Amino acid sequence: MTSKAPIELLPRSANLSRRGFVGSLSAGFLSAVATEAAGAETLADVPDRGPGADLSAHSERSRFVKIDRIPESTPGKRNIDPGDAINSKTPHQRLVGNITPTDLHYERSHSGVPDIDPAQHRLLIHGMVQKPLVFGVDDLKRMPSVTRVVFIECTGNGWENWKKADPDLTVQNTHGLVSTNEWTGVPLKFLIDIVAKEESSNWMLAEGGDGAGVDRSIPLTDEIVNEAFVAYGQNGEPLRPAHGFPMRLVMPGFEGNLNIKWLRRLKFGNEPWMTRWETARYTQLLSNGKARQFQLRMETNSVITQPSGMMQIQPGYNCISGLAWSGHGKIAKVHISTDGAKTWKQAQLSQPVLSKAQVRFQMDWVWDGKPTKIVSRSTDDQGNVQPDRQSFIAAMGSNALFHYNAQQTWSIDEAGRVRNVLA
Amino acid sequence: MFSHDKLFLAGAVAVGLLAAPALAFDFGRPATPEEIKLWDIDVGPDGKGLPDGSGTVAQGKQVFSDNCTACHGENGQGGIKDRLAGGQGSLASNMPVKTVGSFWPYATTLFDYIHRAMPYPTPGSLSTDDTYAVTAYILSLNGIVPADGKVDKDTLPKIKMPNRDGFVPEPEFDPARLFRKK
Repeated sequence: MTSKAPIELLPRSANLSRRGFVGSLSAGFLSAVATEAAGAETLADVPDRGPGADLSAHSERSRFVKIDRIPESTPGKRNIDPGDAINSKTPHQRLVGNITPTDLHYERSHSGVPDIDPAQHRLLIHGMVQKPLVFGVDDLKRMPSVTRVVFIECTGNGWENWKKADPDLTVQNTHGLVSTNEWTGVPLKFLIDIVAKEESSNWMLAEGGDGAGVDRSIPLTDEIVNEAFVAYGQNGEPLRPAHGFPMRLVMPGFEGNLNIKWLRRLKFGNEPWMTRWETARYTQLLSNGKARQFQLRMETNSVITQPSGMMQIQPGYNCISGLAWSGHGKIAKVHISTDGAKTWKQAQLSQPVLSKAQVRFQMDWVWDGKPTKIVSRSTDDQGNVQPDRQSFIAAMGSNALFHYNAQQTWSIDEAGRVRNVLA
Repeated sequence: MFSHDKLFLAGAVAVGLLAAPALAFDFGRPATPEEIKLWDIDVGPDGKGLPDGSGTVAQGKQVFSDNCTACHGENGQGGIKDRLAGGQGSLASNMPVKTVGSFWPYATTLFDYIHRAMPYPTPGSLSTDDTYAVTAYILSLNGIVPADGKVDKDTLPKIKMPNRDGFVPEPEFDPARLFRKK
């Protein structure tokens, strides 16, 4: 989204000049960000230039920009004391582009954020290996590395809308448990080779150094062996403590819970361990009372972030924008309906479109001022299509709690108020 | 990519010759059996990893009262955190109640989880016998172990939990099928 690479408005829904488009976009962006600034009515009102603040060791956000995550709990439990929170959600309604700022990447933990001194942190790799080894963070940093932009998504993302849609939810409430960062670390394949994993081992237990010792069994499919890595870097710097400092597993496209933070043990075996997390917790209860287990991959998904819940829009030009992602691969296309899923138009994707990473989409829209509903639908390069709410609930029931990827609908009333609805 | 491949090659050669694996041991150090034992806490559904020791329901009632009721309530119900007992028969309703008795498929997982994660403020602080005991007590609250019951590494894996057959694996990652063909 730079002037160097102007956005092509492929699926034009209105006859707009480039100048008109850029002007509207800028106005909308500024109004969202500089909410506290007094408006400058004429150029004469713009404050004079002058010397600014001294150079500093860190770049802080402008004092005019306030963006925060929101700590929340289980569905319906919002506006709670942080001590009662189990997750903290990304403010997608305030963000642009594809990459989530590091400090706004969603956070989920099961026993708080441990305060780990990297000098005292160790990773043990053992089990069905010829050479059980112990590594420190510095050992990992000396190894060949991989850097990759991927989304990580809590399996509970979207869980507010399983049974009902509270109208006063923002996209942060509904979809704030997915984020996209660039991660750097050591390929799992490299670690497997240096400990000399036994051929017959095809499951791996990954365990965290948090109070809960969160642990998950991971099947060593070719895809996982080739793509998983033990990360120590996040957006170019060491991991933040909330995201696993000093090292975590990154499992592109798979349940957030599998991306074990504060990683301290990898054990190789030949069957799953049936940990609490993969039996009692992250399994999806179907309407017949049976629970789906080992639904490890995150689904094809998308959500409109602009405009979205609790915003108010004006008739005329509106640029619809949002995020799409899939644990199966790349997003191939996103369609948007502005008439309650009756007709669809293809949105434009920002570049580059990366496998298992969120991608920004957008589309021109001229709102005629009449009540309507807007909804997005993504399709990935494996042909998976994000399901509509009705067929999704028909397949999964409404008790599953996790892996909600139904299309998100926002209603817009005659005053332009945008609200969360089921469909 | 080039140096990456080269390292792999060098590592493979070192392993193949069973020579001093200088390259591999450039990264990290060998783990000793003694220290592995300190961290090797996982318990499998077949009971593998369960330690020696045992605990009775009666002992467990006291351990639970001392360590667990503040969050989980008397008798594992009505606390501020997860409900541990009851809920059988509710899973297909519109308000399913997932507890150890109604939902957990393996008793071994209960021991593993208590041992690794509980009590919340001081995980791992219970002795092995107390962990067995509180496991037995929670199972007794769900009618799975009798009030005069006792569990240990031999009996725990043999318990068939009420919801043992309540799980349907996602076909792509079904452990019974994955890695079995080819």
